[in-house]
Amino acid sequence: MTIKEVEQQIIDEFSVFTDWLDKYEYLIELGKSLPLIDEKKKIDENLIRGCQSKVWLAADYVDGKIYFTADSDAIITKGIISLLIRVFSGRTPQEILDADLNFIKEIGLQDNLSPTRSNGLVSMIKQIKLYALAFSANK
Amino acid sequence: MELIKDVLDIRRNFPALEQSVNGKPLVYFDNGATSQKPRSVIELVNRMNSGINGNIHRAVHELSARSTEIYENSREEIRKFINAGSREEIIFTSGTTASVNLVANSFSQAFIGKGDAVLITEGEHHSNIVPWQMACERQGAELRVLPIDDYGCWRMEQLDSLLIDGKVKIASVAHVSNVLGVVNPVSTLIEICHKAGVPVLLDGAQGIIHLNVDVQKLDCDFYVFSGHKLFGPTGIGILYGKKDFLNAIPPWMGGGDMVGRVSFEKTTYAELPLKFEAGTPNFIGAAGLGEAIRFINNIDSEFVKEHERQLVERMMNGLSSVGSLIIYGTSDSKVPLFSFNVPGIHPTDMAMLMDKMGIALRSGMMCSEPLMDHFGVSGMLRASLTIYNTLEEVDYFIESLQKAIRMLS
Repeated sequence: MTIKEVEQQIIDEFSVFTDWLDKYEYLIELGKSLPLIDEKKKIDENLIRGCQSKVWLAADYVDGKIYFTADSDAIITKGIISLLIRVFSGRTPQEILDADLNFIKEIGLQDNLSPTRSNGLVSMIKQIKLYALAFSANK
Repeated sequence: MELIKDVLDIRRNFPALEQSVNGKPLVYFDNGATSQKPRSVIELVNRMNSGINGNIHRAVHELSARSTEIYENSREEIRKFINAGSREEIIFTSGTTASVNLVANSFSQAFIGKGDAVLITEGEHHSNIVPWQMACERQGAELRVLPIDDYGCWRMEQLDSLLIDGKVKIASVAHVSNVLGVVNPVSTLIEICHKAGVPVLLDGAQGIIHLNVDVQKLDCDFYVFSGHKLFGPTGIGILYGKKDFLNAIPPWMGGGDMVGRVSFEKTTYAELPLKFEAGTPNFIGAAGLGEAIRFINNIDSEFVKEHERQLVERMMNGLSSVGSLIIYGTSDSKVPLFSFNVPGIHPTDMAMLMDKMGIALRSGMMCSEPLMDHFGVSGMLRASLTIYNTLEEVDYFIESLQKAIRMLS
């Protein structure tokens, strides 16, 4: 599937929720099921500090594709991270650089990405793109 | 005019409280951050902008005369509200932070030298830490910190030892903690400090809305607060200072309105209070603050006391009924402001879910990182209530809290 197709899949999944709390219930589930990050990667170099919650992000470059693992101390943030990983992990640097993130807005979570929330997610997306840029330059 | 004695009659004055957020009626429990504004304040600010907008203290024309009169009437309203001795002791600033910065700058220039010290407490808001840290760095002075205990109370028994060498030149402390809601023993502290010849600044950002503040009775040397936490507009605040101190410290900012006579060789400064009000002040904000105080004066003060007591009681009982909750600041002397944590659950997650249930809370460090360190946490959840909040809202809040905990467990 392309990034666009995965994004559409997520939009469809979220379209069944009419109540905000159901949507968040689902995000909490996603957060809980996010594969654990290797503890060795939960180091300060991988830490994206937000005012409210912390995010750890690590990237591995294997056979031309970038694989992300991440964690957060807040479970809803983790749920959103799991969506981002689903979209971005296992992609080529170019795919990541070309991607927009309209699906976040489509599913109504853009508030969580506004810089004022400072929960590390905005910086996380920036960091994902920076990894893509770095790996594409090193090709 | 008959005084308001009913919470629903109070609420009716606040249009912001009539709205729904995320499909639920708004329960606004973030009053410690800022309060909503009553209609009378909103209308006066509108009226000022639309019809009475003339710069104060400058021109002879009618609009200027009218806005100057409103501005100075506000000053008088505020003087009466905190029972200051004279209008010269009421300085308009942009808020609590600006007021603390003004004193930290001007007082330190006049009275703090190398080797001297400034006393604060472990429970302060960043706005009452950083300006003093900057002043101390500049003057080569030392910042001394009175610790708190695990109930959130000042360790008063350590005060003498911090003052004994005579190096402390000023103490700057919160009247009420913005995190713990604890009413600090400021009268005792002021008495001890004064015996040691140390003047005291009270940070009234949280105190002013919950307590009857009488600066003469408190005998504090400075008292600072913001308008927006007191049903007034943002961008306006007050510095009260005893006249002798305000005369003894230099102006902080230079500009128009704060001068006597200006020439390139020498400028003389205006008398109090204008000496500290350089430039065009937020005169519309000042007018709004005066109106906010008139609104408060129309509410029966005994009712306010009793209602806040009931809010504290209902919140404490409710929070205590939720198992495993850690409540910070459990002193008997408490305003309706509560910080807490649910072990294993991030406060931000809680705040996000509560928001979706229509409840506005604060989460995070609340600009009090040293206090977070004291309790060994990286954040807390805070509910801060005021006179327009109802007991029914408290019940809904507790129900929602339990629901959020179930979802996140």
